[in-house]
Amino acid sequence: MSEQLHDVRLHVNGSVHEVQVPARRLLSDALRHDCGLTGTHVGCEHGVCGACTVLVDGAPVRSCLMFAVSAVDAEITTVEGLTESDGTAQGRLSPVQQGFMDCHGLQCGFCTPGFLTTITAGLRENPDPTEDEARDMIAGNLCRCTGYQNIVKSVLRAAEIERERGGDQ
Amino acid sequence: MTTKLFGTKVPRVEDQRFLRGQGRYVDDLLTDDPRLLHAAVLRSPHAHARITDIDVADVLDVEGVLAVWTYDDLVDAMAEPLPLLIPHPTLTHGRTQYALAKDEVNYVGEAIAFVVAVDRYVAEDAVARIRVSYDYLQPVVGIAAARAADRLVHDDVPGNVGARMEQENGDARAAIADAPHTLTLELDVERSACTPMEGRGTVARWDPDTSRLTVWSSTQTSTGVRGCVAAKLGLDLAKVDVITPDVGGGFGVKINHPWPEELLVPLAAMTLGRPVKFTEDRREHFISSAHERAQVHHVEVGFDDDGRVLGLNVEFWHDHGAYTPYGLIVPIITSTQLLGPYKPLNYRVVFESLYTNTVIVTPYRGAGRPQGCFVMERTMDAISAYLGKDRTEVRSTNFIQPDEFPYEHGLVFQDGRPLTYDSGDYPASLAKLKALVGWDEFEDFRAEMAEQGRRVGIGLACYVEGTGVGPYEGAHVHIETSGKVKVATGLTTQGQGHQTAFAQIVADTLGVRFEDVEITTGDTRKMPYAVGTFASRAAVMSGSAIHLASLRAREKALRIAAEALEASEDDLEIADGVVTVRGTDASIDLGTVAVLSNPLRYAFDEASKAATQFSVGDPGKPPVAEDDEPGLEGKDFYSPERSTFANGMHAVIVETDPDTAEITILKYAVVHDCGHLINPMIVEGQIHGGVAQGVGGALYERMAYDESGQLLNASFMDFLMPYVTEVPKTIDIDHLETPSPLNPLGIKGAGEAGVIPSAAVFAAAIEDAEGFPITAMPISPSELFALRLEHADVPAEAIAEETR
Repeated sequence: MSEQLHDVRLHVNGSVHEVQVPARRLLSDALRHDCGLTGTHVGCEHGVCGACTVLVDGAPVRSCLMFAVSAVDAEITTVEGLTESDGTAQGRLSPVQQGFMDCHGLQCGFCTPGFLTTITAGLRENPDPTEDEARDMIAGNLCRCTGYQNIVKSVLRAAEIERERGGDQ
Repeated sequence: MTTKLFGTKVPRVEDQRFLRGQGRYVDDLLTDDPRLLHAAVLRSPHAHARITDIDVADVLDVEGVLAVWTYDDLVDAMAEPLPLLIPHPTLTHGRTQYALAKDEVNYVGEAIAFVVAVDRYVAEDAVARIRVSYDYLQPVVGIAAARAADRLVHDDVPGNVGARMEQENGDARAAIADAPHTLTLELDVERSACTPMEGRGTVARWDPDTSRLTVWSSTQTSTGVRGCVAAKLGLDLAKVDVITPDVGGGFGVKINHPWPEELLVPLAAMTLGRPVKFTEDRREHFISSAHERAQVHHVEVGFDDDGRVLGLNVEFWHDHGAYTPYGLIVPIITSTQLLGPYKPLNYRVVFESLYTNTVIVTPYRGAGRPQGCFVMERTMDAISAYLGKDRTEVRSTNFIQPDEFPYEHGLVFQDGRPLTYDSGDYPASLAKLKALVGWDEFEDFRAEMAEQGRRVGIGLACYVEGTGVGPYEGAHVHIETSGKVKVATGLTTQGQGHQTAFAQIVADTLGVRFEDVEITTGDTRKMPYAVGTFASRAAVMSGSAIHLASLRAREKALRIAAEALEASEDDLEIADGVVTVRGTDASIDLGTVAVLSNPLRYAFDEASKAATQFSVGDPGKPPVAEDDEPGLEGKDFYSPERSTFANGMHAVIVETDPDTAEITILKYAVVHDCGHLINPMIVEGQIHGGVAQGVGGALYERMAYDESGQLLNASFMDFLMPYVTEVPKTIDIDHLETPSPLNPLGIKGAGEAGVIPSAAVFAAAIEDAEGFPITAMPISPSELFALRLEHADVPAEAIAEETR
């Protein structure tokens, strides 16, 4: 017997991906293996580590806890979609990405995409967090390398960059 | 003039790709290859059983399944046990598992069958259809059961004892017998594990066009995996390439090799003629990779009125799990590094390494040192309590002094070399730590807190860490005609920022722009001779090799440039990739020197054309001299006589809730000495991560095995890895830089430092807050609460007595 496949249109980072997937296919697997967007990482597959966090209609969601077929009609943003266009092919790092760069907020980089998406959504809600609020913002994501010290700094730095860039415009 | 980059906080070059989602970890590879197949493994649900039958008949009915392997399908070397990587004369009963279980299983998670299918979902469906019949055997779980030996893990290993090892310097037992004061301690450390965010993973592709096998693995040793794959699959080494892509953390567990899947994936790829991928899931990582830490120690110590240790006799029992693929490295390190910065007059240590029906034990960041540090520091605290002395005073009395280096302990270290410390200044480190944490002001703080009804305690712990162990690492530096510098070193990277730190060394040594340097690690095509990344050795070993190889390239560049510029080599300098005759305008780009180094018949670009205006070499001699070779390259290896010894001291102030026994960290201070720092930002990041892992190991993480050998907390929901909410809000760090005399850069390793003293320092601080001895780690609020009940009737004065 073969599995029934479903035609699914995924809207990811402003592009449409037409994929055929079984109903049980996790959104994380669909993004990585069907859409080829391997920036989203899978750390635990039970929603605890947060590495696979993507933005679904702007809200952080663990893509390992969502089926791809449930993501139809949603606007999904992955780590690949965070950079800002500046006329170059690569684009420039978003304030959150730049904050991590400036503060050594990452080591092996595996959990990083989930932090970046989570903080991106967090700063939209609270653009000027205190240090405790910054901690709160990342309190659902696991990192085994950094001890979180520089990730907290990265959140605060990202908010600062956001303000600096806002001032530029 | 090029600015010196060594010692500065250069931002990491690897961050760009990681931040953009462009890292390439092993599960990211070949995702667009429609021929890629996926593997899943049937693992034993039982801790100890004989396999009487494996029925795979239903498996191939599953649409999308291509093949299934069990032990019976393995032939030749694949049918032999996995290698025992580090044999040792005292490991008299070493045992390793088979790639797929043969006749018996010895831990929950042991691989039994290997299925390859079109995707992982289907492969797992198929695994669920395999029926295995077992005869159940009683498992041996935990050190007490292993020592009791009522049951055996392996029938042919009496007493469950894999190894017994003893080392002695002096006569510890006699010294203790004659000592004015003696104490006895029973100490216990539970199991934990590395748990990197990315588990294990392997991809293999056999290329029939070139008859080559390419294996990508999330490993800490490409060359090790390559050797194993070639040997096990019966391939010439030259036919096998192993590439370590980006790795999502290792912390030790990925140094063990070959994992069964590291052999089965290439076997399947060759058999099926299609690329195959295995990506471990989180539960698999808990039950089929490796753990560490579990040891039980019995300590006897004799000391004088000053607290000077006259004799120290340590017996301990090390739980190494079901098999011993990584030999005795962990307990040997515990037994030697236990000494820390101290010099007991007489020391004896004996350990037994024991089999249990649990996951294998291989090094986890710190590798036996956290246990040793816990034991030594608990002993120092017990002596201090007994004598009523300040804990820093007793430590100072026992320190090796700065003028005593190199200091020989009269023992043999894990690398088979004498345990000889190269350098350090422990009194200076302690002075820094006391200032950093406010040691002398603490009693005022305690009183202030007590007035508010709050209970606080302070602890400190000191350690010495053998880093940069041999045998060697190498590096190859190639200056291309564009002036770009391509550097390869063989050991691997799992988040340490090698592409940045090593490029800093090259830029300084060679005199080139940092952005022109590109570092490759862990690719056997580019550097087939290498050992691996473990034991805080990458910076020392590959850093030194890269420095030496850069010097070789520089020598050659200067020689060729001197000829081209008709100047003496002594008058040349290299900066920003340009060789200049000092004090003149005469100069030549390193890229052009590279062109000149390779006498070409064909001019293929402007650079090679331009080179013809310089006259190089004597027309009467061969274009490439007899003792020379074409190309502007440098290659060298660094092989030290012995390890470097980094050291550090941590202090923590904790608050314990009088009602709930919850433990809160108020202050965490680190003094760290790893010699010269290549990139202080990266070193501090390593310390932060180590401290967080140490907090986990001290207060939260343990492997909860039940008596039947089931791991009850094999998920991130139940194994309590710290989130940001569990780690100290700040970690105060101060560095001392005592250079190592053993390598050209004066560096020592830094990778493991942060985690080593954690169990010791938290035990000390909690003990100080509570007033009764803490002898087992990790400690949870419930356990602390239980201890309070136990000690409720014991008056404070009796505490020192109690440890006797």
